[in-house]
Amino acid sequence: MNARKFIFAYLSRRSFATTDQSEVQFFNKFSSEWWDETGPLKPLHSFNKLRIPFIREGLIQNGSIDKNYINTSTILTGLKIIDVGCGGGILSEPLAKLGAKVTGLDMTDEALKVAKHHAKINNVHNVAYLKSSIEDYAIENEEKYDAVVASEVIEHVENKEEFIQACVKCIKPGGAIFITTISKTLVAEIFAIGVAEYIGVVPKGTHEIDKFIQPHDLQRILEKYGCQTKLIHGLRYSLLRNSWSWTTNTSINYGLYASKFM
Amino acid sequence: MIRIAFSGSFKLVPIVSKCHKNFNRFYSANTHFDIIIVGGGLIGSTLACTLGKNSRLADKKILLLEAGKKKEFKLSQHYSNAVSSLNPGTYKLLNDIGVWSHINSVRFATVKGLQIWESNSEAMINFRSDNAQEDVAYIVENNVTLYGVYQELAKLDNVTVINEALISEFNLNSQKENNEVTLKNGPIYTCNLLLGCDGWKSQVRQKMGFHCVNWDYERMGVVATLELEEECDNSIAWQRFLPYGPIALLPLNSKHSSLVWSTSPQHAKDLLSMTDQDFVDILNGSLSGSPKRNYIVEEGTKAFDQVLNFLQVSSRKNRQFPPKIGKCQENSRAAFPLGFGHCTNYVMKGVALLGDAAHRVHPLAGQGVNLGFGDIACLNSILGEASYSGSNLGSILHLKEYESQRQRHNIPMMLAIEGLHRLYGTEFPPVVLLRSLGVQAFNALEPLKGFLRSQASL
Repeated sequence: MNARKFIFAYLSRRSFATTDQSEVQFFNKFSSEWWDETGPLKPLHSFNKLRIPFIREGLIQNGSIDKNYINTSTILTGLKIIDVGCGGGILSEPLAKLGAKVTGLDMTDEALKVAKHHAKINNVHNVAYLKSSIEDYAIENEEKYDAVVASEVIEHVENKEEFIQACVKCIKPGGAIFITTISKTLVAEIFAIGVAEYIGVVPKGTHEIDKFIQPHDLQRILEKYGCQTKLIHGLRYSLLRNSWSWTTNTSINYGLYASKFM
Repeated sequence: MIRIAFSGSFKLVPIVSKCHKNFNRFYSANTHFDIIIVGGGLIGSTLACTLGKNSRLADKKILLLEAGKKKEFKLSQHYSNAVSSLNPGTYKLLNDIGVWSHINSVRFATVKGLQIWESNSEAMINFRSDNAQEDVAYIVENNVTLYGVYQELAKLDNVTVINEALISEFNLNSQKENNEVTLKNGPIYTCNLLLGCDGWKSQVRQKMGFHCVNWDYERMGVVATLELEEECDNSIAWQRFLPYGPIALLPLNSKHSSLVWSTSPQHAKDLLSMTDQDFVDILNGSLSGSPKRNYIVEEGTKAFDQVLNFLQVSSRKNRQFPPKIGKCQENSRAAFPLGFGHCTNYVMKGVALLGDAAHRVHPLAGQGVNLGFGDIACLNSILGEASYSGSNLGSILHLKEYESQRQRHNIPMMLAIEGLHRLYGTEFPPVVLLRSLGVQAFNALEPLKGFLRSQASL
């Protein structure tokens, strides 16, 4: 029971030149409900309870964090992070609240509007939302960031290698990349496409199995562009409880964290 | 699971020490807080202190609103009649936030064992911990606990306390990010998270409009401070079930104990109006009178005892007799109504209930206030994690987690307490026999006792 509604939001955040435009409009109507924690994007909101600790603990382990900030609510102070495919800012904003300087990239105007508006009314200043693909953004921003986060994005990307290469290019040596996505397996196809679209938690046509990627393939691409994978862990979503948990099974959803070689 | 004392619901609690500075914030334009806590009793003030000391919440501004006046704590040589039995979980919480050292420097009593028996049969249960690490409970006057909490609160810059804060209106807006609290004398405060610790008549809960199961037991809890006839070790809590409810004696020191006697309203009235000496005589009679004889019950329990003895697990080991009461401290008698309350939801977006605002139990197990302290520990860790994840404190996703964790703990406990109350509310011989057999078996089985003790101390 994975591949939740969250996916359609993230579909809208295709921040890649390779994206085909027709699918993008499809998600715009959700923008007003974007920040409702119990609304159609609730799986994405509840995902924060897992992926933010994942990023936070990963950065601690990676040695990116000043020890004085550990166990404070400004733990990410001084770090620069890119959120690729930021959508309405569900992930960018909490990272900014934790003290990081966050750059949210997305290709959808509506989503960026939602994100900017929400950050403004909540007095979150250290986040910037830009309309750009990571490929374009990387040209001017080589080795400027401590971390890149691509959560529920890469399953919509046509050209994975180009995408990863651009992400890694933005990261400083010793920085980290965090990816969560859907695996390319039969089970994933059944749950993420079959079940999720059938129940209607995700609109029809949200996902294509061909764009999914298995953990070891992702690991191989990361290796090729100079990143060592530190952790791969399976993710499980419970529809009834609207909660995510870690699991050893990576056949549907998984999270991955890698570190760029010095 | 057996602890004796009364729940936090009842605020006899007269004395509150040193409240706060920051009175001028009262008039300042800055009226937004991250967290507003309504109710500065045991639960509300401890919550403010616990959240204020959480490093993950260090940059959050907290406001504590208390309706009562700021009071100075003066240690009297007489014990207060409002005491609570604090279990090891509560001890840990108070110790972690630095409050226990204040309690330690004033006074408290340690309960090392307890004995529970009844007036219709010989069956009894006793716990005894010989291990210092495993104290059963601590008896602390509520005003001593409050004194300690307010001492620590005064050290915190991120917590503002306003006394005599009478609330005229709550505006809980689930659509907007903020709740509003309007005080009678003018100022309107806004917050991301409103925490209701305002007891079982909670205004916050009423405003939330959740379904609440509530009933009155038609029983009163009579409290008093008692002087023992002779000095003794006095480290055992005693509880005897009478048909109308239990009498509990809680140790205060080698010469004093505190009484909580649950009984019918009429009987409570009589107990309050009689002279101190008559009261003591009736109390002694009720504590040590021999059980009402019933042939079926007597034969049944005796036979079962023989079986247990044959299995070499005696149910009557270590039977002790409660101390004889010498005097009742003047003007220490008082009574409060007992009731049951359970709120089906503890939280909504931006609002949560703690302590008696969410649940109210019979004092027979002394768990009421401990359930509230458990709520504090749980909410503290969940809000800490929310803040450490850059989340909004009012986020329903985090608050729901608090609700489900606490209900998973509180509801079985409340049902067990309610079950005991009903089980002991009858004198019908077959029921008396059954409960006596149960108690005998229970008392014979050490592992079961250990399990229940660990459950009750969370």
